[in-house]
Amino acid sequence: MSEQIEKAIARKYDAGFVSEIESDTFPPGLDEDVIRRISEMKNEPEWMLEWRLQAYRAWLKMEEPDWAHLGYERIDYQSISYYSAPKSMKDKPKSLDEVDPELIRTYEKLGIPLHEQKMLAGVAVDAVFDSVSVVTTFREKLEEAGVIFCPISEAIQKYPELVKKYIGSVVPKGDNFFAALNCAVFTDGSFVYIPKGVRCPMELSTYFRINELNTGQFERTLIVADEGSHVSYLEGCTAPQRDENQLHAAVVELVALDDAEIKYSTVQNWYPGDENGKGGIYNFVTKRGIAHKNSKISWTQVETGSAITWKYPSCILKGDNSVGEFYSVALTRGRQQADTGTKMIHLGKNTKSTIVSKGISAGHSSNAYRGLVKMGPGADGARNHTECDSLLIGDKCAAHTFPYIESSNPSAIVEHEATTSKVSDDQMFLCKQRGLDAEKAVSMIVNGFCKEVFKELPMEFAVEAGKLLEISLEGSVG
Amino acid sequence: MMLTIKDLHARVEDKVILKGLNLEVKPGEVHAIMGPNGAGKSTLGYVMSGRDGYELVSGSIEMNGDDLMELEIEERAQKGLFLAFQYPVEIPGVSNMEFMKESVNAMRKARGEEALTAAEFLKMAKEACKQVNLPLDFLKRGVNEGFSGGEKKRNEIMQLILLKPALAILDESDSGLDIDALKVVADGVNSQRDGKRSFIVVTHYQRLLDFIEPDYVHILSDGVIVKSGGPELAKEVESTGYAWLGKPVESEEAGA
Ligand SMILES: Nc1ncnc2c1ncn2[C@@H]1O[C@H](COP(=O)(O)OP(=O)(O)O)[C@@H](O)[C@H]1O
Ligand SMILES: [Mg+2]
Repeated sequence: MSEQIEKAIARKYDAGFVSEIESDTFPPGLDEDVIRRISEMKNEPEWMLEWRLQAYRAWLKMEEPDWAHLGYERIDYQSISYYSAPKSMKDKPKSLDEVDPELIRTYEKLGIPLHEQKMLAGVAVDAVFDSVSVVTTFREKLEEAGVIFCPISEAIQKYPELVKKYIGSVVPKGDNFFAALNCAVFTDGSFVYIPKGVRCPMELSTYFRINELNTGQFERTLIVADEGSHVSYLEGCTAPQRDENQLHAAVVELVALDDAEIKYSTVQNWYPGDENGKGGIYNFVTKRGIAHKNSKISWTQVETGSAITWKYPSCILKGDNSVGEFYSVALTRGRQQADTGTKMIHLGKNTKSTIVSKGISAGHSSNAYRGLVKMGPGADGARNHTECDSLLIGDKCAAHTFPYIESSNPSAIVEHEATTSKVSDDQMFLCKQRGLDAEKAVSMIVNGFCKEVFKELPMEFAVEAGKLLEISLEGSVG
Repeated sequence: MMLTIKDLHARVEDKVILKGLNLEVKPGEVHAIMGPNGAGKSTLGYVMSGRDGYELVSGSIEMNGDDLMELEIEERAQKGLFLAFQYPVEIPGVSNMEFMKESVNAMRKARGEEALTAAEFLKMAKEACKQVNLPLDFLKRGVNEGFSGGEKKRNEIMQLILLKPALAILDESDSGLDIDALKVVADGVNSQRDGKRSFIVVTHYQRLLDFIEPDYVHILSDGVIVKSGGPELAKEVESTGYAWLGKPVESEEAGA
């Protein structure tokens, strides 16, 4: 039976097409000149360039980390192009009517219509194509509420004080190898500011698309929720199907000031490579939030793509009574490798964190959960609960769990539960005896396993995530 | 003929379990299969439904003229073969409702019928749930997740009611049930008898047959049917046990 399950999960990648778009692309290579040119293309102020150069110099002295449970050929950073933008974006289209229709078609094919009237009501989108933001929808409506939602390159020019105050405040320039690289060469991404006491009137989302060959995508997202505000944000990503590996090294910083709440959801579907492990995106991402007094940061992620995933969305629970949550589904198949998890750093009193991680491994893939729960000396009465479940499909895949617990406060409580289960022959037999084919059976069993996480996603996306998982598990049954 | 089994030999791994079994079931009939633990009763249901590892050695099984051995598990199911499991398995997180809706619609699709809408199905499911005397929240709970033994058995009967199979095999649907639950299961099955659909009721005890009256009773021992008769044969078994079969019998409490 497990052979049939294997076949059932042989996947087809729907987002693997390439758009015929003329681009301005930097030749491969990285040095200070390249960074100056990126900064110039973006019309940046001097301080921003200086910040980038500092990060670059720090990066040069750093070593690529090798502690993760991942195996891949070392990346040649000189063979990557660090900037690519559709030619048509050069003159900065003022409205959607001026945007190259081919770009709009690309997003439509991906199920992301950019015309506001066609969109999901209640969801504003920032569409990032290679190194630039193509369009940000519903901006006027958001502005009425005082919410700023725009490409970060624009925010650097329009709101320099806000950006200057918060950029690098959560993930410092020299935090880690990939973050430092991102600081040096980031090209676009989204900036969000929710003013005091405002509940953002709609879901915000950014959709990242890598199109150009041999181009890295280095986006940067900064979300600041001022006191007592509330925002829900979603990120989605796809890339064409290519034989070469491509690098994606993003940084996301969240700042939740007193009594604020940020919910950050990711549906990641980068091209995972073929069944022999050729091609696919290397996804090295640093995501971190800082939670001030009584605030809450919640990360929800559904990770089905990428050849390699290295990602640990984290919360620094600095303020008393702050809350951190991490809900994750990571599916690996074929030769995919994922090393993902979270860090919950409890600094304030009575801080609480919840971790629910669901790892699904199929084929020859490897899926590791790596989580750190740290209770600082001041974290009186802090609590963490971690639940870490692995589901194995077939017998050639692997699941690993690496929980790290560091406690310097005896009053803090840390609980950890872990389970490993298999899609059993008995379950498959029951489903088939009730008339379901192997594909439907596997996808239903896997969806059931992920239910706790899916229910954390915004409604509009829970359905999409379920479908994505179904597509990921789709294939012909022999 | 609903079902024709001819000289069936079947094995599990290297062990031949069924050793020349013959059985004919006409539309509308209820056949009881009784026998000691290890006789091969569950094996018969598994071979018929196509479970992996249960292999045909020789002989044939036909249902409504189709050679079952030529069909995939789900195709047999779609043609109306239903197995109520002796030990129903859990599928955590998949709601009973979702599972049964997918199942009913898969069968409908195979017959070229339109899928039921969520509302249409909900109505049917609620009725079936009441009929087997399970609280309605069982529709929302994960398939068999945390159900007691008796609740699992009733859940199987709920599926039987929703799927309306042409031929249902009930594998010890009575084991582990108290008398009230037994009646619920029996009433559920009886409500489905319509003179066209057929049932094979596998049981260790005569008790269930007080409530589901069979047309025929067969005694299975060591992979062959050693005796067939009417309902009176079940009564005979009750008074004499299986000792007359001439081989040592395992404890009746084992319920294998
Ligand atoms: N999966 C299996 N592997 C090995 N032997 C099995 C397996 N299933 C059943 N058997 C054996 O087949 C015989 C018949 O079992 P079964 O059909 O379950 O009997 P019953 O249902 O009549 O109690 C028993 O000897 C049992 O040990
Ligand atoms: Mg049995």
